Amino acid sequence: MDVLKKVPIKEQDPQVRAHNFDEVCLGYELEEAMEEASRCIQCKNPKCVSGCPVSIDIPGFIKEVENNNIEAAFKIISDYSALPAVCGRVCPQETQCEQVCIRGIKGDPVSIGKLERFVADWARNHNIKPEPPKEKNGKKVAVIGSGPAGLTCAGELAKLGYDVTIFEALHEPGGVLLYGIPEFRLPKEEVVKAEINNVISLGVKIETNVIIGRSTTIDELMEDEGFEAVFIGSGAGLPKFMGIPGENANGVFSANEYLTRNNLMKAYDTSYDTPIITGKRVAVVGGGNVAMDAARTALRLGADVTVVYRRSEAELPARVEEVHHAKEEGIKFKLLTNPTEILVNEDGWVSGMRCVEMELGEPDESGRRRPVVKKDSEFVMELDTVIMSLGTSPNPLISSTTEGLEINKWKCIIADEETGLTTREGVFAGGDAVTGAATVILAMGAGKAAAKGIHEYLTSK
Amino acid sequence: MFRIIKKKELNPTVTLMEVEAPLIAKKAQPGQFVILRTDEGGERIPLTIADYNREQGTVTIIYQIVGATTRILNSMSVGDCLQDFVGPLGRPTVTEGKKKVAVVGGGVGCAIAYPVVKKFHEQGTKVHAIIGFRSNELVILEEEFRSNSSKLVLMSDDGSCGEKGLVTDALKKLIESGEQYDEVITIGPLIMMKYVSMLTKQYGIKTVASMNPIMIDGTGMCGGCRLSVGGKTQFACVDGPEFNGHEIDFDEAIARSDMYKEFEQKKQDEACKLYQKEVS
Ligand SMILES: Cc1cc2nc3c(=O)[nH]c(=O)nc-3n(C[C@H](O)[C@H](O)[C@H](O)COP(=O)(O)OP(=O)(O)OC[C@H]3O[C@@H](n4cnc5c(N)ncnc54)[C@H](O)[C@@H]3O)c2cc1C
Ligand SMILES: Cc1cc2nc3c(=O)[nH]c(=O)nc-3n(C[C@H](O)[C@H](O)[C@H](O)COP(=O)(O)OP(=O)(O)OC[C@H]3O[C@@H](n4cnc5c(N)ncnc54)[C@H](O)[C@@H]3O)c2cc1C
Ligand code: SF4
Ligand code: SF4
Ligand code: FES
Repeated sequence: MDVLKKVPIKEQDPQVRAHNFDEVCLGYELEEAMEEASRCIQCKNPKCVSGCPVSIDIPGFIKEVENNNIEAAFKIISDYSALPAVCGRVCPQETQCEQVCIRGIKGDPVSIGKLERFVADWARNHNIKPEPPKEKNGKKVAVIGSGPAGLTCAGELAKLGYDVTIFEALHEPGGVLLYGIPEFRLPKEEVVKAEINNVISLGVKIETNVIIGRSTTIDELMEDEGFEAVFIGSGAGLPKFMGIPGENANGVFSANEYLTRNNLMKAYDTSYDTPIITGKRVAVVGGGNVAMDAARTALRLGADVTVVYRRSEAELPARVEEVHHAKEEGIKFKLLTNPTEILVNEDGWVSGMRCVEMELGEPDESGRRRPVVKKDSEFVMELDTVIMSLGTSPNPLISSTTEGLEINKWKCIIADEETGLTTREGVFAGGDAVTGAATVILAMGAGKAAAKGIHEYLTSK
Repeated sequence: MFRIIKKKELNPTVTLMEVEAPLIAKKAQPGQFVILRTDEGGERIPLTIADYNREQGTVTIIYQIVGATTRILNSMSVGDCLQDFVGPLGRPTVTEGKKKVAVVGGGVGCAIAYPVVKKFHEQGTKVHAIIGFRSNELVILEEEFRSNSSKLVLMSDDGSCGEKGLVTDALKKLIESGEQYDEVITIGPLIMMKYVSMLTKQYGIKTVASMNPIMIDGTGMCGGCRLSVGGKTQFACVDGPEFNGHEIDFDEAIARSDMYKEFEQKKQDEACKLYQKEVS
């Protein structure tokens, strides 16, 4: 074994997986996990922990894996995270825990994410669940939204003995984990549902089909229903469009619509009634994780797919692993390219997309080099489907129906980073609703911080 | 659970159902809608809240059987439960501050128009209802409209009931005869709403059209329900469903409403083939 290299992990063959929705990465076997765990040098001052937004005791759980005490490893992780099988799969590890791992200075960092995933999968397969709290304190807390922020906040509060109810607008819990991230990256029944069930087994109740701001309001929850505090984890679900001509033509979708049809409504499964336009030639506009997911979904539905992004490869915001997987599967990339108009045929359907080429100029506020239009570079791509994946912003439904809840100019809820407290007494918030579209683990970190904030608020009240 | 407690056929393709949904009944207002799913494999479809009973905790829906989901819905009976029923969604109709209005409904759109007419009538606004159907056997809610409006004009394409002609003919006649409306509210097929809006524009009468684009979540998350209003993109489920009829791009909305036609048709054909196979 070469200690400088990660123990390789099995993946579905690109040619095969391009035609199915089964998971791409197949995970470690026990021996492989133990071998990978032995690469960790158990740093006295583990850098990796500071790279993890929820500060998982990484050397602690890895030690247990190395010694084949997987149940003990799971107990350690569970103290910090309610969704390890999810995070082990979708966390941008390479820029978090693994980026600062000492092993990474010379050679590959320890495969922390894949080990975390292994432990969580093993625990699930051996039916090991986190333990419910011994005592209840009888205080009611409402959580809005069942994405990672809401689930984490609810789970932490339940562990402290609170009586927690999650209100979810859709018919199934999970937020983006359910409707956004596709099956081939995050299996729904096996992984997402199982981890949500773990949160439920802590005593959390989940009420689906309730839209806060319409079905009921925060004021009513607090005044009429006896909830002493509320956590808002409603995410950033409102899709952005470019505002270019032709964008409302038939065959132009937001990534959210395309992915929701396929994930939440299971359009790929013919036993469901959901319609989806598969398209023959598809362009996905954008370069984030969402764009990769939309592109790889369209590919699996049988389309020829090109990702169109206005900066260069180095600036692609998606995880390196996702870009790599997308390329392996046959997705094409048209970089330094920006659409200016969607061409529409006489029946109202997309027939093409007018684009310009870009080049990188001076750095902008984000520190990335600003793309500028190259002169006389206009060209047309022939297409029948365009998927817009330009990011999302928080939905104003809750802020506009809750007096005293302030938002900033990006429509994000203003909340204290340490405690999650908003401008409204007893109301806390965290996750994408506060930060704008970010990551699963940051949303979880915020949910956890807010649970602490709520606990302090209710014990001092 | 969302139990069906009443089912009544209004005409051969339109059915009324009363559903137990106390939380929605408590909040519902005219102009709002629900999204339902009949069963696990089903689609989410939006239907307007045609009526509600806050005391009994029930919501009435009236639907036309047009495709797979409405057909499955129609195969359910009293006592059965719907899988999901969420609402009330959308912004309520603004009914305040008007002295006299005309409500123009077409076909099953009359089911959507009815709670609006009723609300106006109850609050003392003078309301003229103009309702149109293709023919006699498709007429719904005639009595309800009659007892909740100060004037009812019934139109039919073939003259088999009411007057022969289009709802726009009736509206035009009323306006020409000197009736002055603060607002016209129109609900029905897109093409009808387009012509109503064109007509009222000539007379400078403020017009509100209730749009029914294809929806999924109904919370502003997917953007599938978007339409152009005054050159700006709006999401019907959260910004609407009612918009200024003079600003809506109806042609775009008509094209978008056909987006899944081919797909739905194929699904339906498959279902029919399967059915025939099972029968033979
Ligand atoms: C396609 C896609 C791929 C992604 N890939 C990755 C990845 O690989 N790695 C990563 O770390 N991150 C990824 N992300 C980002 C990550 O999923 C989000 O940052 C994270 O889910 C945010 O969590 P949240 O709990 O704040 O909100 P969400 O997950 O958005 O959950 C919010 C929930 O609140 C509900 N809700 C909203 N409004 C209301 C209301 N009024 N009443 C009741 N309920 C309401 C919503 O229905 C939803 O269920 C991806 C996102 C997408 C869309
Ligand atoms: C806000 C709103 C209120 C509505 N109120 C009523 C009502 O009170 N009574 C009534 O009969 N109909 C109403 N509709 C229309 C109703 O939702 C569709 O007829 C229904 O979804 C058709 O489903 P299907 O599977 O039976 O037919 P399909 O075979 O799926 O489609 C048949 C037709 O319905 C349209 N349609 C399909 N899916 C949707 C969807 N998810 N959303 C909207 N339209 C769709 C298609 O464009 C097509 O023209 C309303 C629509 C909206 C958006
Ligand atoms: S939760 Fe994410 S950042 Fe933390 S250890 Fe796991 S993979 Fe790394
Ligand atoms: S930094 Fe790397 S080697 Fe050190 S404890 Fe963390 S995982 Fe192990
Ligand atoms: S139905 Fe999805 S945004 Fe309106």
